[in-house]
Amino acid sequence: MIRLELPSHLRALAHIDSEVQLEIQGPATQRSVLDALEARYPALKGTIRDHVTKERRPFLRFFACEEDLSHEPPDAALPDAVASGKEPFLIIGAVAGG
Amino acid sequence: MSRVRVLVGTRKGAFILESDGKREKWEVSGPLFTGWEVYHLKGSPVDPNRIYASQTSSWSGQVIQRSSDGGKTWETPGGGPTMSPQGFPVGESNKFVYDTSEETGKPLTTHQFYDGTQHPWEFKRVWHLEPSLTDPDTVYAGVEDAALFRSTDGAHSWQELPGLRGHGTGPKWQPGAGGMCLHTVILDPRDLGRIFIAISAAGAFRTDDGGKTWKPINKGLRSQFLPDQDADVGHCVHHVAMSPYRPGVLFMQKHWDVMRSDDAGDNWREVSGNLPTDFGFVIDVHAHEPETIYVVPIKSDAEHFVHEGKLRVYRSRTGGNEWEPLTKGLPQSNCYVNVLRDAIAVDSLDKCGVYFGTTGGQVYVSPDAGDSWAPIVHDLPAVLSVEVQTLS
Repeated sequence: MIRLELPSHLRALAHIDSEVQLEIQGPATQRSVLDALEARYPALKGTIRDHVTKERRPFLRFFACEEDLSHEPPDAALPDAVASGKEPFLIIGAVAGG
Repeated sequence: MSRVRVLVGTRKGAFILESDGKREKWEVSGPLFTGWEVYHLKGSPVDPNRIYASQTSSWSGQVIQRSSDGGKTWETPGGGPTMSPQGFPVGESNKFVYDTSEETGKPLTTHQFYDGTQHPWEFKRVWHLEPSLTDPDTVYAGVEDAALFRSTDGAHSWQELPGLRGHGTGPKWQPGAGGMCLHTVILDPRDLGRIFIAISAAGAFRTDDGGKTWKPINKGLRSQFLPDQDADVGHCVHHVAMSPYRPGVLFMQKHWDVMRSDDAGDNWREVSGNLPTDFGFVIDVHAHEPETIYVVPIKSDAEHFVHEGKLRVYRSRTGGNEWEPLTKGLPQSNCYVNVLRDAIAVDSLDKCGVYFGTTGGQVYVSPDAGDSWAPIVHDLPAVLSVEVQTLS
């Protein structure tokens, strides 16, 4: 089980009150987590990754375990603590412009 | 009794302002879509309860919202049923993808960037939504980077009308300060195949075949920032307005210059006349008097606020050239707001109401065609757009 935290404006868009918990089939990666998230909440398609290229939107960042994973390859394994549900995977709005 | 519903898009959400036909007492609801930029909301002329909204963010992209009950509830309409059995909204946040297919599309090519180099087309946001005059499920979207999209299924899915972007002049289009946006879409009520659009900074274009082919309609425009000042394309058109009762007569607020065309845009002439400055963003036409037009002069392209610290709407009853300042009820000292291109609207009550919103967060109404003004709200986030629905 993966725990995932979203910025408030995306929680509002998807009508999510709190942390999201996702079951992932196969290895836990950025791609598999976001695929599972978008499958459960289709309203989030295009808001975290580009609709077509699937690249992370530039003003969003991915953090976990006090590390910035934003520039990790999308198929790289997430830290064990994230894959086990001990630590959440954080999607954060970049401070730029805020 | 008639009522009016004013749809206000701001930098941090949307608001709905409602009143009876006297337009004195107002109910304010909102903010909707809190924290997001709402570039534009507009209701269907066929079904006023159907309203579309462009919700956008530099962080999280584009979302289209739709209401079927006059703005009380909203949904993201893409892809199937509204809510899942678990109560989650089911639907994509709406996919705007340029049509590059061999069958129906055009190659993306490039446009001119700020520095004069060529730059690939990249979708950024929806600036303007224009619901069809005949079908509440059909709506047009003017987007940045400039292109026109259409949905025929209530904003579930969007298809580009690629003939515009593929016109061939794209490499000469360039972004204005706000980006390379298609901000004006005017549907001709007399000829449903005719659509006018305007792009900053490319100019105005017209189709007479429902969007398959387009022609630039910029003859008579002159722009000092172009090496060829009267070029076919490249002009920074800020907004265009047309009375539905006199299609083909167009009024334009250009970067500088207020312009008029009497032949559906084939030729333009300047009608700035005695305006204190002819820079500005908004322009609109009285609902019942097609020669009565409104602008809000802005000091200059470097100083985006009203002239002399006075918020003045200028009205011409002669279709331009002769202008009178309208000041009653508007601040006449120490005022330094701007009025952005989609932030003026008129209702269609017998005594035409005029509405505009400012970057200072005020929305003003004049229930007497501009003779006097009163604020409906004082302290909203910066206003991006104002539309009004006249409800019976």
